[in-house]
Amino acid sequence: MKRFLCGRSLVSAMCVGLVVTAAFCFVAAAGAQAAPAGQRNIILATTTSTQDSGLLDVLIPLFEKKTGYFVKTIAVGSGQAMVMGQKGEADVLLVHSPDAEEKFMAGAYGVNRRLVMHNDFVVVGPATDRAGIKGTRPASAAFKRIAAGQALFMSRGDNSGTDAKEKAIWKAAGIAPEGQKWYQQTGLGMGQTLNVASEKQAYTLADRGTYLALKKRLDLVILVEGDRDLLNIYHVIEVNPAKWPKVNAAGATAFADFMVSPETQGVIRSFGVDKFGSPLFFPDAGKRAEDLGK
Amino acid sequence: MELILDGVRKAFWLLVTSDPEVMGITLLSLRVSGLATLVSLIIGVSTGTLVALTRFPGRGLVVSLINTGMGLPPVVVGLFVTILLWRSGPLGFLGMLYTPGAMILAQAVIATPIVMGITLAAMQQLPKKLRLQILALGATRLQLAWILTKEARLPLLAAVMAGFGGVISEVGASIMVGGNIKGYSRVLTTATVMEASRGNFDMAIALGLILLVLAFAVNLVLTRIQQKERPR
Repeated sequence: MKRFLCGRSLVSAMCVGLVVTAAFCFVAAAGAQAAPAGQRNIILATTTSTQDSGLLDVLIPLFEKKTGYFVKTIAVGSGQAMVMGQKGEADVLLVHSPDAEEKFMAGAYGVNRRLVMHNDFVVVGPATDRAGIKGTRPASAAFKRIAAGQALFMSRGDNSGTDAKEKAIWKAAGIAPEGQKWYQQTGLGMGQTLNVASEKQAYTLADRGTYLALKKRLDLVILVEGDRDLLNIYHVIEVNPAKWPKVNAAGATAFADFMVSPETQGVIRSFGVDKFGSPLFFPDAGKRAEDLGK
Repeated sequence: MELILDGVRKAFWLLVTSDPEVMGITLLSLRVSGLATLVSLIIGVSTGTLVALTRFPGRGLVVSLINTGMGLPPVVVGLFVTILLWRSGPLGFLGMLYTPGAMILAQAVIATPIVMGITLAAMQQLPKKLRLQILALGATRLQLAWILTKEARLPLLAAVMAGFGGVISEVGASIMVGGNIKGYSRVLTTATVMEASRGNFDMAIALGLILLVLAFAVNLVLTRIQQKERPR
């Protein structure tokens, strides 16, 4: 009898515990969500570069003020952002991995892909430039020299837009670097990868914005730049609501429209000028990706 | 070295001027981890006490599982909570992913086994005869549990500190289920990670120091309560 009572009280105590947890979480969630309720939320899946450069800290408040939407910015690599879009876990994407984006569109996961802005990638490395790549063009030729010199190269290795670009350049160079001793993958974001490359005096591919933002603490210099292959192009994509009914389609459209509006494009043009002396991003709304860098 | 001094200076400045953004982040850290600890106490102490006081088949396995849970990796918890809370997941209808509520849930999952394990150990430490004595005086099982909980309050406060310390310093689950959203689900640990990856090391150090001060203040209060009376 006693044992029976014990068993029952154990189960009931656990049930009470679960109910209490759930109640707490609801109360907490409800309290915190007072401002952004229901479909006033937008989940924006984007790349670390737009967050780490500080651009979104400027743009998101403008958008929220204008439209009343609440934007949940989830900064991940472009690869993960697109997986979130494919699963309907995000409403709108701001990404920079054109080949993967085209596949995403071909799969009808997204609608209305629009060009927003570009900047460029740079190949950075130690000032001593052991592989002698300074000024080499195209970028694939520089990569060939790094491979020939077996100079240490740090790769993001995280399926981000930068990682995709790096892989494309290796492919153009006709080299399969994976598994080589001089080729290491950090699996980290751009900022952290630059720090690792700086400590190890290795080469790496970086977007110019993140490099400029971190420059003063890095022992790395720009060695290759200005190649058309190094263009870094950002598109905004609305996740297809026909595939995922829970997607906030109106919010996604509002955000995408905002990103390509003349006013926002002006903000993008002037962003970073005061801090770095030159803009970090170049607005491109309405242009065609093929015409960039010509 | 200079960088650390910069960080200390910055932390001091942020605290003195009570910078609104940093204050918001600090308060959210305290609220999320405090509530998560509270939830873990309710579940952990009750279940821990019951497991300590009862004998049932498979008890050894349950105790091992609880003790293993004390080292539950936060990122693994974060991953599973994320998958559960996805729009397409089993709890998607709650719309809870990327909210402070989701962070409380994940942190409670991390802290509960810690509290449960320490409770279990504390209860088993109590002299066996005490139980017999209390039962002999005619206490019901619930009264027994309550008296024993009171007897074990010193190690139970240690459980509170361990649970709170585990979740306030946790970053993996918080960033996955909370999303580090500015002014909404950004806590001290996730903000530190972000500032470091932005190259703002002074800010990262400052946030880290504020986290340490916060953890110290909370533990100071708890330790004072714990040490107010002389140990038996």
